[in-house]
Amino acid sequence: MGSGADSERTLYPYVTGSSVVAIKYKDGILMAADMGGSYGSTLRYKSIERLKPIGKHTLLGASGEISDFQEILRFLDELILNDNMWDDGNSLGPKEVHNYLTRVMYNRRNKFNPLWNSLVIGGVKNGQKYLGMVNMIGINFNDNHVATGLGNHLARPILRDEWNENLTFEEGVKLLEKCMRVLLYRDRSAVNKIQLK
Amino acid sequence: MDHNTDISAPHSMGTTIIGVTYNGGVVLGADSRTSTGVYVANRASDKISQLTDNVYVCRSGSAADSQIVSDYVRYFLHQHTIQLGQPATVKVAANLVRLLSYNNKNFLETGLIVGGWDKYEGGQIYGVPLGGTIVQQPFAIGGSGSSYLYGFFDQAWKEGMTKDEAEDLVKKAVSLAIARDGASGGVVRTVIINSEGVTRNFYPGDQLPLWHEELESHNSLLDILGAPEPMSI
Repeated sequence: MGSGADSERTLYPYVTGSSVVAIKYKDGILMAADMGGSYGSTLRYKSIERLKPIGKHTLLGASGEISDFQEILRFLDELILNDNMWDDGNSLGPKEVHNYLTRVMYNRRNKFNPLWNSLVIGGVKNGQKYLGMVNMIGINFNDNHVATGLGNHLARPILRDEWNENLTFEEGVKLLEKCMRVLLYRDRSAVNKIQLK
Repeated sequence: MDHNTDISAPHSMGTTIIGVTYNGGVVLGADSRTSTGVYVANRASDKISQLTDNVYVCRSGSAADSQIVSDYVRYFLHQHTIQLGQPATVKVAANLVRLLSYNNKNFLETGLIVGGWDKYEGGQIYGVPLGGTIVQQPFAIGGSGSSYLYGFFDQAWKEGMTKDEAEDLVKKAVSLAIARDGASGGVVRTVIINSEGVTRNFYPGDQLPLWHEELESHNSLLDILGAPEPMSI
Protein backbone atom coordinates (compact mmCIF):
# COMPACT_ATOMS: atom_id res chain seq x y z
CA MET A 1 0.00 0.00 0.00
CA GLY A 2 2.78 2.38 0.83
CA SER A 3 5.23 1.19 -1.83
CA GLY A 4 6.83 4.05 -3.72
CA ALA A 5 4.40 6.57 -2.26
CA ASP A 6 6.86 7.75 0.36
CA SER A 7 6.01 11.39 0.08
CA GLU A 8 2.40 10.64 0.93
CA ARG A 9 2.99 8.29 3.82
CA THR A 10 1.76 9.10 7.27
CA LEU A 11 4.05 11.40 9.11
CA TYR A 12 4.81 11.32 12.79
CA PRO A 13 4.50 14.34 15.04
CA TYR A 14 7.50 16.27 16.36
CA VAL A 15 6.38 19.16 18.54
CA THR A 16 3.11 18.28 20.20
CA GLY A 17 0.59 19.92 22.47
CA SER A 18 -1.27 17.92 25.11
CA SER A 19 -4.96 17.98 26.05
CA VAL A 20 -7.61 20.62 25.47
CA VAL A 21 -10.76 20.67 27.64
CA ALA A 22 -13.92 22.67 26.92
CA ILE A 23 -17.43 23.06 28.33
CA LYS A 24 -20.65 24.89 27.57
CA TYR A 25 -21.79 27.12 30.41
CA LYS A 26 -24.79 29.37 30.96
CA ASP A 27 -23.56 32.27 28.81
CA GLY A 28 -21.33 30.48 26.30
CA ILE A 29 -18.21 28.37 26.03
CA LEU A 30 -15.15 27.93 28.20
CA MET A 31 -12.00 26.32 26.87
CA ALA A 32 -8.70 25.52 28.56
CA ALA A 33 -5.33 24.14 27.47
CA ASP A 34 -1.84 24.25 28.87
CA MET A 35 0.89 26.19 27.07
CA GLY A 36 3.37 23.38 26.58
CA GLY A 37 4.97 22.05 23.40
CA SER A 38 6.67 18.69 23.91
CA TYR A 39 9.46 17.43 21.73
CA GLY A 40 9.34 13.68 22.29
CA SER A 41 9.75 13.32 26.02
CA THR A 42 11.34 16.75 26.53
CA LEU A 43 9.06 19.57 27.65
CA ARG A 44 10.68 21.93 25.20
CA TYR A 45 8.39 24.96 24.76
CA LYS A 46 6.40 26.45 27.58
CA SER A 47 4.67 29.42 26.02
CA ILE A 48 2.81 28.06 23.03
CA GLU A 49 -0.73 29.39 22.62
CA ARG A 50 -2.96 26.50 21.68
CA LEU A 51 -6.23 28.42 21.92
CA LYS A 52 -6.89 30.95 19.16
CA PRO A 53 -9.92 33.06 18.26
CA ILE A 54 -11.30 32.56 14.76
CA GLY A 55 -13.40 35.36 13.32
CA LYS A 56 -15.92 36.96 15.67
CA HIS A 57 -17.69 33.95 17.09
CA THR A 58 -15.31 31.04 17.49
CA LEU A 59 -12.46 29.64 19.56
CA LEU A 60 -10.18 26.94 18.24
CA GLY A 61 -8.13 24.74 20.52
CA ALA A 62 -5.66 22.17 19.25
CA SER A 63 -3.61 19.30 20.54
CA GLY A 64 -1.10 17.32 18.50
CA GLU A 65 1.52 18.58 16.05
CA ILE A 66 1.96 22.33 16.45
CA SER A 67 3.23 22.96 12.92
CA ASP A 68 0.02 21.45 11.52
CA PHE A 69 -2.01 23.63 13.88
CA GLN A 70 -0.15 26.70 12.61
CA GLU A 71 -1.02 25.63 9.05
CA ILE A 72 -4.69 25.17 9.97
CA LEU A 73 -4.70 28.70 11.38
CA ARG A 74 -3.50 29.96 8.02
CA PHE A 75 -6.27 28.08 6.17
CA LEU A 76 -8.83 29.57 8.53
CA ASP A 77 -7.33 33.02 8.11
CA GLU A 78 -7.99 32.76 4.38
CA LEU A 79 -11.49 31.43 5.00
CA ILE A 80 -12.41 34.26 7.33
CA LEU A 81 -10.83 36.83 5.04
CA ASN A 82 -12.84 35.63 2.05
CA ASP A 83 -15.96 35.62 4.15
CA ASN A 84 -15.36 39.21 5.23
CA MET A 85 -14.83 40.23 1.62
CA TRP A 86 -18.48 39.46 0.89
CA ASP A 87 -19.30 42.28 3.30
CA ASP A 88 -22.84 41.00 3.59
CA GLY A 89 -23.36 41.27 7.31
CA ASN A 90 -23.04 37.53 7.80
CA SER A 91 -20.06 35.93 9.43
CA LEU A 92 -18.88 32.37 9.85
CA GLY A 93 -19.87 30.85 13.17
CA PRO A 94 -18.55 27.86 15.09
CA LYS A 95 -20.78 25.36 13.27
CA GLU A 96 -19.46 26.50 9.92
CA VAL A 97 -15.84 26.47 11.07
CA HIS A 98 -16.34 22.99 12.51
CA ASN A 99 -17.78 21.73 9.26
CA TYR A 100 -14.97 23.26 7.22
CA LEU A 101 -12.31 21.73 9.43
CA THR A 102 -14.03 18.34 9.37
CA ARG A 103 -13.87 18.33 5.59
CA VAL A 104 -10.22 19.39 5.59
CA MET A 105 -9.19 16.77 8.15
CA TYR A 106 -11.13 13.94 6.55
CA ASN A 107 -9.86 14.68 3.06
CA ARG A 108 -6.26 14.79 4.26
CA ARG A 109 -6.80 11.47 6.03
CA ASN A 110 -8.08 9.96 2.78
CA LYS A 111 -4.91 11.03 1.03
CA PHE A 112 -2.80 9.40 3.77
CA ASN A 113 -1.38 12.80 4.66
CA PRO A 114 -3.20 13.78 7.85
CA LEU A 115 -2.92 16.95 9.84
CA TRP A 116 -1.82 15.40 13.11
CA ASN A 117 -4.21 17.26 15.39
CA SER A 118 -7.30 16.90 17.55
CA LEU A 119 -9.26 20.13 17.38
CA VAL A 120 -11.88 21.61 19.66
CA ILE A 121 -14.16 24.24 18.13
CA GLY A 122 -16.42 26.28 20.37
CA GLY A 123 -18.39 29.48 20.11
CA VAL A 124 -21.63 31.41 20.33
CA LYS A 125 -23.54 32.87 17.39
CA ASN A 126 -26.89 34.56 17.65
CA GLY A 127 -27.20 33.31 21.20
CA GLN A 128 -26.70 29.71 20.17
CA LYS A 129 -23.85 27.89 21.90
CA TYR A 130 -21.85 25.29 19.99
CA LEU A 131 -19.05 22.98 21.04
CA GLY A 132 -17.53 20.39 18.74
CA MET A 133 -14.49 18.26 18.16
CA VAL A 134 -12.72 16.84 15.11
CA ASN A 135 -9.60 14.69 15.07
CA MET A 136 -6.96 13.63 12.57
CA ILE A 137 -8.97 10.74 11.15
CA GLY A 138 -12.03 12.87 10.62
CA ILE A 139 -14.16 11.74 13.55
CA ASN A 140 -16.33 14.67 14.53
CA PHE A 141 -19.20 15.37 16.87
CA ASN A 142 -20.56 18.04 19.14
CA ASP A 143 -21.46 17.81 22.80
CA ASN A 144 -21.86 19.77 26.04
CA HIS A 145 -18.30 19.04 27.08
CA VAL A 146 -15.35 17.77 25.03
CA ALA A 147 -11.70 16.97 25.58
CA THR A 148 -8.75 15.71 23.54
CA GLY A 149 -6.00 13.26 24.32
CA LEU A 150 -5.60 12.20 27.89
CA GLY A 151 -8.29 14.73 28.77
CA ASN A 152 -10.84 12.25 27.45
CA HIS A 153 -9.82 9.77 30.10
CA LEU A 154 -9.05 12.13 32.95
CA ALA A 155 -11.25 15.18 32.53
CA ARG A 156 -14.48 13.91 30.96
CA PRO A 157 -15.43 11.68 33.92
CA ILE A 158 -15.17 14.75 36.14
CA LEU A 159 -17.24 16.74 33.67
CA ARG A 160 -19.88 14.02 33.33
CA ASP A 161 -20.29 14.10 37.05
CA GLU A 162 -20.22 17.83 37.72
CA TRP A 163 -21.45 19.55 34.56
CA ASN A 164 -24.91 21.07 34.35
CA GLU A 165 -26.76 23.39 31.99
CA ASN A 166 -26.60 26.40 34.24
CA LEU A 167 -22.98 26.76 35.28
CA THR A 168 -22.03 30.33 35.98
CA PHE A 169 -18.78 31.75 34.67
CA GLU A 170 -17.05 31.27 38.02
CA GLU A 171 -18.31 27.70 38.44
CA GLY A 172 -17.23 26.90 34.90
CA VAL A 173 -13.76 28.30 35.41
CA LYS A 174 -13.38 26.38 38.67
CA LEU A 175 -14.48 23.19 36.96
CA LEU A 176 -11.99 23.61 34.12
CA GLU A 177 -9.23 24.49 36.56
CA LYS A 178 -10.00 21.28 38.43
CA CYS A 179 -9.65 19.32 35.18
CA MET A 180 -6.38 21.04 34.30
CA ARG A 181 -5.01 20.28 37.75
CA VAL A 182 -5.75 16.57 37.37
CA LEU A 183 -4.10 16.64 33.95
CA LEU A 184 -1.03 18.28 35.42
CA TYR A 185 -0.80 15.54 38.02
CA ARG A 186 -1.36 12.63 35.70
CA ASP A 187 -0.24 13.65 32.20
CA ARG A 188 3.50 13.66 31.84
CA SER A 189 3.43 16.08 28.94
CA ALA A 190 1.47 18.74 30.81
CA VAL A 191 3.09 21.98 31.96
CA ASN A 192 1.89 24.26 34.71
CA LYS A 193 1.04 27.29 32.59
CA ILE A 194 -2.48 27.38 31.14
CA GLN A 195 -4.63 29.40 28.78
CA LEU A 196 -8.31 29.71 29.61
CA LYS A 197 -10.68 31.53 27.25
CA MET B 1 -10.30 8.48 20.71
CA ASP B 2 -6.92 9.89 19.82
CA HIS B 3 -4.13 7.93 18.23
CA ASN B 4 -1.71 6.65 20.81
CA THR B 5 0.92 5.81 18.21
CA ASP B 6 4.47 5.69 19.43
CA ILE B 7 5.79 9.17 18.97
CA SER B 8 9.28 8.34 17.79
CA ALA B 9 11.89 10.14 19.84
CA PRO B 10 13.38 13.08 17.95
CA HIS B 11 16.57 12.46 16.00
CA SER B 12 19.52 13.73 17.91
CA MET B 13 21.37 16.34 15.85
CA GLY B 14 25.12 16.62 16.16
CA THR B 15 25.50 20.25 17.16
CA THR B 16 24.89 22.88 19.78
CA ILE B 17 23.21 26.07 18.60
CA ILE B 18 21.91 28.98 20.67
CA GLY B 19 20.14 32.27 19.99
CA VAL B 20 19.60 34.86 22.71
CA THR B 21 17.94 38.29 22.69
CA TYR B 22 19.38 41.09 24.76
CA ASN B 23 18.59 44.70 25.35
CA GLY B 24 19.25 46.02 21.84
CA GLY B 25 19.77 42.98 19.62
CA VAL B 26 20.56 39.29 19.50
CA VAL B 27 23.56 37.01 20.01
CA LEU B 28 23.79 33.76 18.05
CA GLY B 29 26.23 31.04 19.05
CA ALA B 30 27.27 27.59 17.84
CA ASP B 31 29.97 24.95 18.14
CA SER B 32 32.02 23.95 15.08
CA ARG B 33 31.92 20.17 14.83
CA THR B 34 30.49 18.36 11.81
CA SER B 35 30.45 14.61 12.29
CA THR B 36 29.75 11.69 9.95
CA GLY B 37 29.05 8.87 12.37
CA VAL B 38 31.99 8.83 14.78
CA TYR B 39 34.43 10.66 12.51
CA VAL B 40 34.71 14.43 12.77
CA ALA B 41 34.52 15.57 9.17
CA ASN B 42 35.07 19.25 9.88
CA ARG B 43 36.30 20.53 13.24
CA ALA B 44 36.06 24.20 12.34
CA SER B 45 32.78 24.55 10.50
CA ASP B 46 30.72 27.70 10.49
CA LYS B 47 27.17 26.86 11.45
CA ILE B 48 25.96 30.44 11.58
CA SER B 49 25.02 31.42 8.04
CA GLN B 50 24.04 34.82 6.74
CA LEU B 51 20.62 35.26 5.21
CA THR B 52 20.65 39.05 4.83
CA ASP B 53 22.66 41.94 6.22
CA ASN B 54 20.61 41.88 9.38
CA VAL B 55 19.42 38.25 9.69
CA TYR B 56 21.50 35.16 10.37
CA VAL B 57 20.54 31.53 10.93
CA CYS B 58 22.06 28.82 13.14
CA ARG B 59 21.94 25.44 11.43
CA SER B 60 21.65 22.01 13.06
CA GLY B 61 20.76 18.53 11.91
CA SER B 62 21.71 17.27 8.50
CA ALA B 63 24.40 19.56 7.12
CA ALA B 64 23.12 19.14 3.56
CA ASP B 65 19.49 19.86 4.42
CA SER B 66 20.29 22.90 6.54
CA GLN B 67 22.60 24.32 3.88
CA ILE B 68 20.09 23.94 1.07
CA VAL B 69 17.30 25.48 3.13
CA SER B 70 19.43 28.47 4.06
CA ASP B 71 20.57 28.85 0.43
CA TYR B 72 16.98 28.92 -0.83
CA VAL B 73 15.92 31.36 1.90
CA ARG B 74 18.87 33.63 1.11
CA TYR B 75 17.83 33.62 -2.56
CA PHE B 76 14.17 34.39 -1.82
CA LEU B 77 15.07 37.05 0.72
CA HIS B 78 17.37 38.75 -1.74
CA GLN B 79 14.53 39.03 -4.25
CA HIS B 80 12.16 40.14 -1.51
CA THR B 81 14.55 42.89 -0.39
CA ILE B 82 14.83 44.22 -3.93
CA GLN B 83 11.06 44.27 -4.35
CA LEU B 84 10.44 45.73 -0.89
CA GLY B 85 13.07 48.44 -1.23
CA GLN B 86 14.28 48.07 2.35
CA PRO B 87 15.87 45.40 4.55
CA ALA B 88 13.69 42.34 5.11
CA THR B 89 12.29 41.83 8.60
CA VAL B 90 13.40 38.92 10.80
CA LYS B 91 9.82 37.65 10.85
CA VAL B 92 9.73 37.30 7.06
CA ALA B 93 13.04 35.45 7.05
CA ALA B 94 11.85 33.09 9.79
CA ASN B 95 8.59 32.40 7.99
CA LEU B 96 10.39 31.58 4.74
CA VAL B 97 12.45 29.07 6.69
CA ARG B 98 9.26 27.69 8.21
CA LEU B 99 7.57 27.30 4.81
CA LEU B 100 10.43 25.23 3.43
CA SER B 101 10.71 23.15 6.58
CA TYR B 102 6.99 22.51 6.88
CA ASN B 103 6.20 21.78 3.25
CA ASN B 104 9.08 19.35 2.97
CA LYS B 105 8.83 17.87 6.41
CA ASN B 106 8.97 14.30 5.12
CA PHE B 107 12.33 14.85 3.48
CA LEU B 108 14.20 17.31 5.66
CA GLU B 109 15.96 16.75 8.95
CA THR B 110 17.05 20.15 10.13
CA GLY B 111 16.39 22.37 13.10
CA LEU B 112 17.16 26.06 12.67
CA ILE B 113 17.34 29.15 14.83
CA VAL B 114 16.74 32.41 12.96
CA GLY B 115 17.98 35.57 14.65
CA GLY B 116 18.37 39.18 13.61
CA TRP B 117 17.54 42.81 14.08
CA ASP B 118 15.11 45.03 12.20
CA LYS B 119 13.92 48.56 12.80
CA TYR B 120 10.32 47.57 13.56
CA GLU B 121 10.66 44.96 16.29
CA GLY B 122 14.33 45.19 17.26
CA GLY B 123 16.16 41.98 18.08
CA GLN B 124 14.15 38.78 17.61
CA ILE B 125 14.85 35.05 17.80
CA TYR B 126 12.64 32.46 16.07
CA GLY B 127 13.06 28.72 16.58
CA VAL B 128 12.11 26.46 13.66
CA PRO B 129 12.55 22.88 14.89
CA LEU B 130 11.93 19.59 13.03
CA GLY B 131 8.49 19.57 11.50
CA GLY B 132 8.31 23.25 10.68
CA THR B 133 6.76 24.76 13.80
CA ILE B 134 7.69 28.42 14.23
CA VAL B 135 8.10 29.78 17.75
CA GLN B 136 9.28 33.25 18.68
CA GLN B 137 11.26 33.10 21.93
CA PRO B 138 13.47 35.38 24.03
CA PHE B 139 16.12 32.65 23.71
CA ALA B 140 16.32 29.39 21.78
CA ILE B 141 18.57 26.34 21.97
CA GLY B 142 18.90 23.52 19.49
CA GLY B 143 20.91 20.51 18.42
CA SER B 144 21.97 17.44 20.37
CA GLY B 145 24.03 19.51 22.77
CA SER B 146 21.00 21.54 23.77
CA SER B 147 19.71 18.66 25.92
CA TYR B 148 22.39 19.56 28.42
CA LEU B 149 21.45 23.20 28.49
CA TYR B 150 17.75 23.27 29.39
CA GLY B 151 18.49 23.34 33.10
CA PHE B 152 21.32 25.82 32.67
CA PHE B 153 19.15 28.32 30.83
CA ASP B 154 16.23 27.87 33.20
CA GLN B 155 18.56 29.13 35.89
CA ALA B 156 20.92 31.54 34.13
CA TRP B 157 18.63 33.36 31.70
CA LYS B 158 17.26 36.78 32.58
CA GLU B 159 15.46 39.53 30.67
CA GLY B 160 17.22 42.72 29.63
CA MET B 161 20.86 41.59 29.64
CA THR B 162 23.58 43.76 28.16
CA LYS B 163 25.43 42.78 25.01
CA ASP B 164 28.42 41.49 26.95
CA GLU B 165 26.32 39.55 29.45
CA ALA B 166 24.45 37.93 26.59
CA GLU B 167 27.59 36.96 24.71
CA ASP B 168 29.13 35.60 27.90
CA LEU B 169 26.04 33.52 28.52
CA VAL B 170 26.16 32.09 25.01
CA LYS B 171 29.89 31.34 25.23
CA LYS B 172 29.45 29.63 28.59
CA ALA B 173 26.48 27.61 27.39
CA VAL B 174 28.08 26.34 24.19
CA SER B 175 31.24 25.38 26.03
CA LEU B 176 29.20 23.51 28.67
CA ALA B 177 27.44 21.59 25.93
CA ILE B 178 30.72 20.82 24.18
CA ALA B 179 32.04 19.44 27.48
CA ARG B 180 29.28 16.85 27.69
CA ASP B 181 28.04 16.22 24.17
CA GLY B 182 30.22 14.03 21.97
CA ALA B 183 28.63 15.41 18.84
CA SER B 184 29.57 19.01 19.69
CA GLY B 185 33.10 20.32 19.78
CA GLY B 186 35.77 22.49 18.27
CA VAL B 187 35.53 26.22 18.74
CA VAL B 188 32.74 28.53 19.79
CA ARG B 189 31.56 31.01 17.18
CA THR B 190 29.28 33.89 18.04
CA VAL B 191 27.50 36.50 15.93
CA ILE B 192 26.11 39.66 17.51
CA ILE B 193 23.44 41.56 15.55
CA ASN B 194 22.07 44.94 16.54
CA SER B 195 21.17 48.32 15.11
CA GLU B 196 24.82 49.14 14.55
CA GLY B 197 25.57 46.05 12.51
CA VAL B 198 27.03 42.58 12.82
CA THR B 199 30.06 41.36 14.78
CA ARG B 200 31.54 37.90 14.36
CA ASN B 201 33.63 36.41 17.15
CA PHE B 202 35.65 33.27 17.51
CA TYR B 203 36.73 31.57 20.74
CA PRO B 204 39.13 28.63 20.64
CA GLY B 205 39.30 26.14 23.50
CA ASP B 206 41.90 27.99 25.52
CA GLN B 207 39.72 31.08 25.76
CA LEU B 208 36.78 29.19 27.23
CA PRO B 209 36.13 28.51 30.93
CA LEU B 210 37.08 25.12 32.35
CA TRP B 211 34.45 22.78 33.73
CA HIS B 212 34.40 19.72 36.01
CA GLU B 213 37.29 17.32 35.42
CA GLU B 214 38.76 19.44 32.66
CA LEU B 215 42.41 20.38 32.79
CA GLU B 216 44.17 23.43 31.49
CA SER B 217 45.53 22.83 28.03
CA HIS B 218 49.22 23.02 27.23
CA ASN B 219 51.19 22.56 24.06
CA SER B 220 53.18 19.69 25.53
CA LEU B 221 53.53 17.67 28.70
CA LEU B 222 57.15 18.79 28.75
CA ASP B 223 56.10 22.35 29.50
CA ILE B 224 54.76 21.38 32.90
CA LEU B 225 57.15 18.60 33.84
CA GLY B 226 59.81 19.81 36.24
CA ALA B 227 63.04 17.85 36.82
CA PRO B 228 62.25 14.16 36.49
CA GLU B 229 62.03 12.47 39.91
CA PRO B 230 64.46 9.66 40.66
CA MET B 231 62.88 6.21 40.52
CA SER B 232 62.37 4.59 43.89
CA ILE B 233 63.37 0.97 44.09
